[in-house]
Amino acid sequence: MNEKVKDKSKKNGFKMKSENLDFFYGDFQALHDISLNFESRQVTALIGPSGCGKSTYLRCLNRMNDLIPISRVKGKVLLDGENIYDPSLDVVMLRRRVGMVFQKPNPFPKSVSENVAYGLRVNGIKNKSFIRERVEESLEKAALWEEVKDRLDDSALGLSGGQQQRLCIARALAVEPDVLLMDEPASALDPIATQKIEELIHRLKKNYTIIIVTHSMQQAARVSDRTAFFYMGKLIEEGETDTIFTRPKLRQTEDYITGRFG
Amino acid sequence: MMDGDKMEITKNGFPDDRSETGEKDPNQTGIKVMKTECADSETEIQKAVKKLQSRRRFTQKFLFGLFRCAALVNGLALLIIVFFMLKNGISAITWEFLTDVPRESMTKGGILPCIVGTVLMSLGGILVAMPIGVASAVHLNEYARPGKMLRIIRLGINNLAGVPSVVFGLFGLAFFVTFLKMGVSLAAGALTLGALTLPVIIGSTEEALKSVPNTYREASLGLGASKWQTIYRVVLPAAMPGILTGGILGLSRAAGETAPIMFTAAVFFTPDLPSSVFSEIMALPYHIYVLATAGTNIEATRPLQYGTSLVLISLVLGMNLVAIIWRSRLRRKLK
Ligand SMILES: Nc1ncnc2c1ncn2[C@@H]1O[C@H](COP(=O)(O)OP(=O)(O)O)[C@@H](O)[C@H]1O
Ligand SMILES: [Mg+2]
Repeated sequence: MNEKVKDKSKKNGFKMKSENLDFFYGDFQALHDISLNFESRQVTALIGPSGCGKSTYLRCLNRMNDLIPISRVKGKVLLDGENIYDPSLDVVMLRRRVGMVFQKPNPFPKSVSENVAYGLRVNGIKNKSFIRERVEESLEKAALWEEVKDRLDDSALGLSGGQQQRLCIARALAVEPDVLLMDEPASALDPIATQKIEELIHRLKKNYTIIIVTHSMQQAARVSDRTAFFYMGKLIEEGETDTIFTRPKLRQTEDYITGRFG
Repeated sequence: MMDGDKMEITKNGFPDDRSETGEKDPNQTGIKVMKTECADSETEIQKAVKKLQSRRRFTQKFLFGLFRCAALVNGLALLIIVFFMLKNGISAITWEFLTDVPRESMTKGGILPCIVGTVLMSLGGILVAMPIGVASAVHLNEYARPGKMLRIIRLGINNLAGVPSVVFGLFGLAFFVTFLKMGVSLAAGALTLGALTLPVIIGSTEEALKSVPNTYREASLGLGASKWQTIYRVVLPAAMPGILTGGILGLSRAAGETAPIMFTAAVFFTPDLPSSVFSEIMALPYHIYVLATAGTNIEATRPLQYGTSLVLISLVLGMNLVAIIWRSRLRRKLK
């Protein structure tokens, strides 16, 4: 199994990478020349002070920023070697392959099972028994099945915050993405719910490439294999999480990690 | 006293204002600490604060009192109108009045053709206006790129809302009745009323769409849904209660209008119920107008006038009620 994975990533290079990515909100340049690689089946944490462009960068990876009319992108983002900003690329297909979990849990005002089934339905799947199986499978992957199996038809808005967030993860997993983007997925949750999400990330990384934004250094250290430190729209330092946290190359990184940041 | 005040303020949704009245507010403990430290200036400050506090409390009470009066006036107005209509018109309401056609130069008999005419015409108007209005609002709010074009369209819609209803009547006469050769008919009236209610529906639908959190749109698009799927499956259902409210407002406005229908649909008298969309019809508001201004014996038909008004008001309030219940059902389903 492990060898297979290695083979694949060798053959295709990295699962995802950005090359010299600049991003603008109108005249304001929010990202400067970001080049960053994401290996298959690894967790990469993006850290940095608030406003440094972590969310903006993450949203470039599934072109969610396209929704902002004044925004502009320069540079490339490659998914399996293919530039996602290529005009011929179908952005709807891209977003199925690159799933996203948001900072605040945002289930639809529909039932628990309809939330998970949503992605299947919009992707044209009508087979009821398939949908039912896939809903159960996804909820199990998101470690939520046991808690909700008796209330699949209840409104998702009745779940607790932590459950809602795991539901959003299940919803994203249902459409079989390759990459999972998570923008501070636990920042609105209590410590116990946070721990559950972190355990979940650990398990999911066997099958998915995960990129997670977090403002918690401990969380980055706990869940990630690699860490990238952003500051003022620039990528300052990137590397193995252990290295970044114990022997960072740059003074700036060290200051931020040790909390001495000005 | 203080506690009562506080509760009222929070109940009204201004929790931030608490510090203005609350003596127990933690922000003000600083002053009490000062008391022990510098005894001279403390009295001055305390005096000032006290004076300010009582003035603030007074201002607040006074203003909120005024606001409450303003709100009450609305309810009172409705109550007075309904009471007035009931008092003068209830005697006219009989089974015959509701189910018979007008007789003896409309001094006897009932108003069934008017009821049927008004219901059909306003429903028809709404059926035409809803799809167009909702589609326009979806375009404006979800698709259109901000810019000059959008501003011009918005300006047009806002101005349409300000056009007097009699102008809509003349437009209907010129366009639907004459140009499209529909004649004075149910269809021409419904279309004219549809045009009249369009801005109301567009406005409230846009509001409803704006109130749908962007996170729903992002979540849907993030799962590989197209823009249209997102709108159809997530945004519109979430906005539905608000859109319905717009429909109701439009419907009750349409049902009560007189000027737009008097050139396009309603006639003085026809004993027949409409047999097709090209039939002439009678309508409640126009019937009231006719009875009160042009009847052969205006005084003798006073009870009929009030009776007809009562029916019209009940119809409008009834429609509103049905829609409010429907809306709250939908809201509950969305929870
Ligand atoms: N929609 C937007 N329009 C304009 N500027 C924005 C928008 N979103 C974010 N920004 C700006 O871009 C910068 C990066 O923001 P963001 O990516 O949200 O940072 P982070 O997620 O690291 O806190 C900030 O300066 C922010 O003010
Ligand atoms: Mg952010």
